[in-house]
Amino acid sequence: MESTIIIEKSVIIIAVFALTMLMAMYSTLAERKIAAWLQDRVGPNRAGKGGILQPLADGLKLFSKEEFLPNTPNKFLFVIGPAISMSMALITSAVIPWGDKLHLFGRDIILQATDIDVAMLFIFGVLSVSVYGIMIGGWASNNKFSLMSAMRAGSQMISYEVAMGLAIIALVMMSGTLSLREIAAQQSGMNWNIFYQPLGFLIFLVCSFAETNRTPFDLAECEAELIGGYHTEYSSMKMGFYLFAEYASMFISSTILAVLYFGAYNYPGMDWAVENWGVNIANVIGMVVLFAKICFFIFFYMWIRWTIPRFRYDQLMNLGWKMLIPLAIVNIVITGAVILLFQ
Amino acid sequence: MIEVLFYILSTITLGTALLTIFSRNPIHSAIYLVICFFSIAGHYLLLNAQFLAIVHVIVYSGAIMILMLFTIMLMNLNKEHEKHKPKLIIIAATIAFCLVALVLLAALLKTKPVVESYYNSGTDFQSIKVLGQVLLNEYMVPFEFASVLLLVAMIGAVLISKKEKQKA
Repeated sequence: MESTIIIEKSVIIIAVFALTMLMAMYSTLAERKIAAWLQDRVGPNRAGKGGILQPLADGLKLFSKEEFLPNTPNKFLFVIGPAISMSMALITSAVIPWGDKLHLFGRDIILQATDIDVAMLFIFGVLSVSVYGIMIGGWASNNKFSLMSAMRAGSQMISYEVAMGLAIIALVMMSGTLSLREIAAQQSGMNWNIFYQPLGFLIFLVCSFAETNRTPFDLAECEAELIGGYHTEYSSMKMGFYLFAEYASMFISSTILAVLYFGAYNYPGMDWAVENWGVNIANVIGMVVLFAKICFFIFFYMWIRWTIPRFRYDQLMNLGWKMLIPLAIVNIVITGAVILLFQ
Repeated sequence: MIEVLFYILSTITLGTALLTIFSRNPIHSAIYLVICFFSIAGHYLLLNAQFLAIVHVIVYSGAIMILMLFTIMLMNLNKEHEKHKPKLIIIAATIAFCLVALVLLAALLKTKPVVESYYNSGTDFQSIKVLGQVLLNEYMVPFEFASVLLLVAMIGAVLISKKEKQKA
């Protein structure tokens, strides 16, 4: 019994890890292809058919580049920066429900690495810790521009975390649980949270752009002012890890958006499919549906990146503190009033 | 198994706490303190308190220590030029800390019968629902006072920064 659970969970963990890596890899290609499409170009099309092998070529190039350490007294911290970024981007996937359950070998397999009671807080904890990767790396680079970028990233992430947390509180008030599995299960059919929490979703979306350091909030890597930002001094695969971590966290935050607000693995007619086609087929469709939602959000991230220009720093702070936080508080008050009225 | 984990965690906690005090570079100090906070969160997990562990990580490692690191980086204090503090301050700080420890110890010893009654009641205090009910029913007044205290501190901080601006 014990060993089967260990095997089952390790298979799920390895599968999710491989999936995240694969998605992060192909997001780099997708980003370039979508940028090309939006700008009426062709995009990378030399490696493989239609550029399908481009991520492998990029990875090979990064691996074979010269490893360069700047003249810094903190070599250890310099190396550990990208490692923190990468591991924090990957660790969130542990609490995400990728599907309801499968019935294989005479037992129910729950498609989630671990179902903890405080999954939502766990995600916030990981998010807040992931700033260390950028801050430590930027500081250890011993470069003024890197330091500036690290401080920008730090203050930006702290500011937007507040609004994000407040947006989530309204959702938690509504669903009455912090477990992602239960939140996903509550949205069966078309009962998605986006219809009940449109304002909360909007705030969460904007904040998740800021948390992943994507345009229009990518002031940490503002080329015109800061050279390359916090990864100016990084080369070879260490820089690759920073870039990879950004795509991995984009994948994860798309997943969280889909799970929290867009009904996770639920689709209309899921109960009917369970009855007529069996648990397995219905849930495989559910996983595919979740995957489609995730891909949509990844596309959305890229669409925004190639459409909207970067904010100025004071605009960023004004938006965070003077717009999003009051809006999120108003959202909490409205949600509370509605819950009281309908009780 | 749990005992081994406890000893490993305790070693990390005490080791990083000492390193926090003794390292010359303030940024290294701050990073050791972060590791110390993480190991304390590990202790909470050993006691089966998931909520407390994660909130501890969010608040201490995620918010307070980042602000601290931020301030150190912004002020550029990483030059290790800190002078030695006078002996008197060190002695005073030690005495003050011992007094705080005494008060804390007394308070914790006093909670023992209450905690035992919780143990015997058999409810699952790991669950957030139970925790919330206890906090907002039995300990409503202290809980609200704590929030007022935070608000006062926040307003005070804003006030101080405003005054400095006018002078300059």
